[in-house]
Amino acid sequence: MGHIQLKQVSKSFGNIEVIPPIDLDIDDGQFVVFVGPSGCGKSTLLRLIAGLEDVTTGSIVIDGRDATAVQPARRGLAMVFQSYALYPHMSVRKNIAFPLKMARVPQDEQERLVEEAARVLNLTGFLDRRPGQLSGGQRQRVAIGRAIVREPAAFLFDEPLSNLDAALRVGMRLEISELHERLKTTMVYVTHDQVEAMTMADKIVVLRAGVIEQVGTPLELYRNPQNTFVAGFIGSPRMNLVEGPDAARHDAHTVGIRPEHVDVSSGSGMWTGTVGVSEHLGSDTFFHVTVKDLSQPLTVRAGGEVDLHYGDTIHLTPKLNHLHRFDDRGLRIT
Amino acid sequence: MARSVTTSRKTMTTLFAGTLGLLIFFPVLWIVILSFKSEGDAIKAPLEVLFSTGWTAESYSAVQARSDYPKHFLNSVVIAFGSTLLGLLIAIPAAWAMAFVPAKRTKHVLMWMLSTKMLPPVGVLIPIYLIYRDLGILDSRIGLVFVLMMINLPIIIWMLFTYFREIPGEVLEAARMDGASLREEIIHVLAPMAIPGMASTALLNIILAWNEAFWTLNLTSAKAAPLTAFIASYSSPEGLFYAKLSAASVMAIAPILVLGWFSQKQLVRGLTFGAVK
Amino acid sequence: MATNASRAAARLMISPAVVLLLGWMLVPLGLTLYFSFLRYNLITPGANPFIGWENYYWFLTDPSFKAAMINTLLLVGGVLLITVIGGTMMALLLDQPMWGQGVIRIMVIAPFFVMPTVSGLVWKNMFMNPVNGIFGHLALGLGMEPLSFFSEIPLLSIIFIVSWQWLPFATLILLTALQSLDQEQLEAAEMDGATWVSRFIHVMLPHLARAITVVILIQTIFLLSIFAEILVTTNGGPGTSTTNLTYLIYVSSLLQFDVGMGSAGGVIAIILANIVAIFLMRMIGKNLDA
Repeated sequence: MGHIQLKQVSKSFGNIEVIPPIDLDIDDGQFVVFVGPSGCGKSTLLRLIAGLEDVTTGSIVIDGRDATAVQPARRGLAMVFQSYALYPHMSVRKNIAFPLKMARVPQDEQERLVEEAARVLNLTGFLDRRPGQLSGGQRQRVAIGRAIVREPAAFLFDEPLSNLDAALRVGMRLEISELHERLKTTMVYVTHDQVEAMTMADKIVVLRAGVIEQVGTPLELYRNPQNTFVAGFIGSPRMNLVEGPDAARHDAHTVGIRPEHVDVSSGSGMWTGTVGVSEHLGSDTFFHVTVKDLSQPLTVRAGGEVDLHYGDTIHLTPKLNHLHRFDDRGLRIT
Repeated sequence: MARSVTTSRKTMTTLFAGTLGLLIFFPVLWIVILSFKSEGDAIKAPLEVLFSTGWTAESYSAVQARSDYPKHFLNSVVIAFGSTLLGLLIAIPAAWAMAFVPAKRTKHVLMWMLSTKMLPPVGVLIPIYLIYRDLGILDSRIGLVFVLMMINLPIIIWMLFTYFREIPGEVLEAARMDGASLREEIIHVLAPMAIPGMASTALLNIILAWNEAFWTLNLTSAKAAPLTAFIASYSSPEGLFYAKLSAASVMAIAPILVLGWFSQKQLVRGLTFGAVK
Repeated sequence: MATNASRAAARLMISPAVVLLLGWMLVPLGLTLYFSFLRYNLITPGANPFIGWENYYWFLTDPSFKAAMINTLLLVGGVLLITVIGGTMMALLLDQPMWGQGVIRIMVIAPFFVMPTVSGLVWKNMFMNPVNGIFGHLALGLGMEPLSFFSEIPLLSIIFIVSWQWLPFATLILLTALQSLDQEQLEAAEMDGATWVSRFIHVMLPHLARAITVVILIQTIFLLSIFAEILVTTNGGPGTSTTNLTYLIYVSSLLQFDVGMGSAGGVIAIILANIVAIFLMRMIGKNLDA
């Protein structure tokens, strides 16, 4: 069980309101990702759910029970911190066993659960080491181990992968997703990396300046971004946003077209431009194209074998059924 | 990063630095040597001293027999450890509160505390002397413990503060999430992480208190005189007994020399108030 | 989770330290200030009348005050000069690759842990004594007249002893600062074609500037209060040639029992120390924000 509801929850530090009142429903078993640029309040929101910060107004309901004033430990949630927050003076074994020890779980039961968690997380050989003797990925797994032994109602992850290098990050991303598939426990995950959000989430919550910009599945956000912020934030490389006469022609203040939704031709097209930098990824090639009438260059995706070079002329045609239109407030026009 | 340095260059550096180091260290080495010589040998020319064959520990027994050396040693111990312990007792809660529950004024409070350390002792010598005289605690261990605690309190608070501040808040939050009560959080998580810092602080403070030589000289005469004052009594012609002066000096500095070598890092942190890392 | 309850608890936890330090600062300071305006001598009992600025007048016009001020400046300045330059060079040397660095470092640091009375007496007797001291023996060996340090160059001798004690402090701090210098900065400078000398002037020295300032300020605070070294070697003499401000105040208050006069001197010492302290505190304060 792990159904979390936020009802008109807000947070202020002194006179500064960092999170205006928010309503949010996290269903049992869901993998929910809070994503947004740094300083958008996503970590604060997670800490409010954890109980590490007091809410200013509103209430937090966990499994039908009002948990607003409940101590963090009593909320039945486990948290994995950005810095892992392992106890530096304890062995891996003691780190993982700590929440069990605090819950007065019998010694032999503790040992069994720790061994079990270590097995799942490939930590069996490291149980008697100190955190300082482990690599970043291993520390990360210890932190997760410490969270799973409690069998919490929900896991909270606060940017857990941001201290890992790129290769490890991809591996850990898979491990966490697998863990979710196996445990079916609610997970709330905070990140600033939209790729993590897209690949892991059942439901993404996009935040900016403490305000929820949009909530939806990864594909919903990809297909129907509700505003220019979400449009620019979700998807890689970023969506091209074009203003001016080209947008006006579509009755919009801004039109957006993703790099993968532009047809590239060396013959003719709607826009004519000059190839700038091209990034060859093997499977795909991204061209940064300067178009005469547009104020900023467009990014477009082409096949891996397209043979165009710096300074070549290129013709671009957006796929009109994939065009996103936004009004002068940046909101989607439907 | 690693570029090979020629062996010859490294040898030269080692020789040069070693010689310089030995020169700086020489006075300490010298009194150790003299302390094991007879009074007659000790005043000979340096080379003769080195190659005179007689080694004896008689000066050590002479110093101990004379002038109740153990009493002064004990005074030093009581004063250094007493002032440190008392200081920790008062400083730990204060540093703790400032590090973990910082308020807007915390920085100002901390700076003000430091500023009291800048007060020249001679500026407050007279009132303290008169107050102590009227209270009848001149030349008493209690009096010295208090003064030394007061003059080092800012350093203790400051050092503890910098150590406590380095304890990551997330680890404490993790403990809270893991279900630790405040008491359990302190016993299982905070204390083990804070104790090394407290030990370092205590160490540096013991060294400072042991070597303090303004208040200990001015507020004691006989009864409570620690080793600083005991050694000072050798400034009279008695100092011409080189072997005995050496033996007394070695005994006075040896314990702290050993402690000091362990505390090089803390020394920088403690005496620069964190301004140099 | 800084709740109101924990704020109250925090205030309670700080208060013993604050009260003690406040008392330690205000009570003696107030009394010193008060005494400095009284005619108050312990050997002439009776009323201690208020005499205004008279103590200050006599203290400041006393020729030994002028001498003490000059001695204090020379002592502080001389020791700073020796320890900062020597310490920088020692730090640069110890930062080089060598064998047994730990041992050498320990030898260099040792003098700082020698109590002031011991270093004063050891230098005075075992080294600077013209008859039995090592320097005397050395001079004789070289066919020179042994120098009577404390009668011919008393202040220099004390500057030398104090420098020996404080050189390790400067070395240690500057070495720590030097080791925190980003190696890549030096390598970048090397790639840019900087010679060792220009690397020192343009990269190392600016990096050390802050640490050097800290060394100067902190040492000044301590050096203004040099006392034990003078007491066990020269007793401020010959004449007033090694009397610094601290020692002068000690003489007038605890040897001549002139509380009023000594207090006036104390107030002046406090003012002097505060001038240095203001700069030091500013540096520390800046660091606290970072």
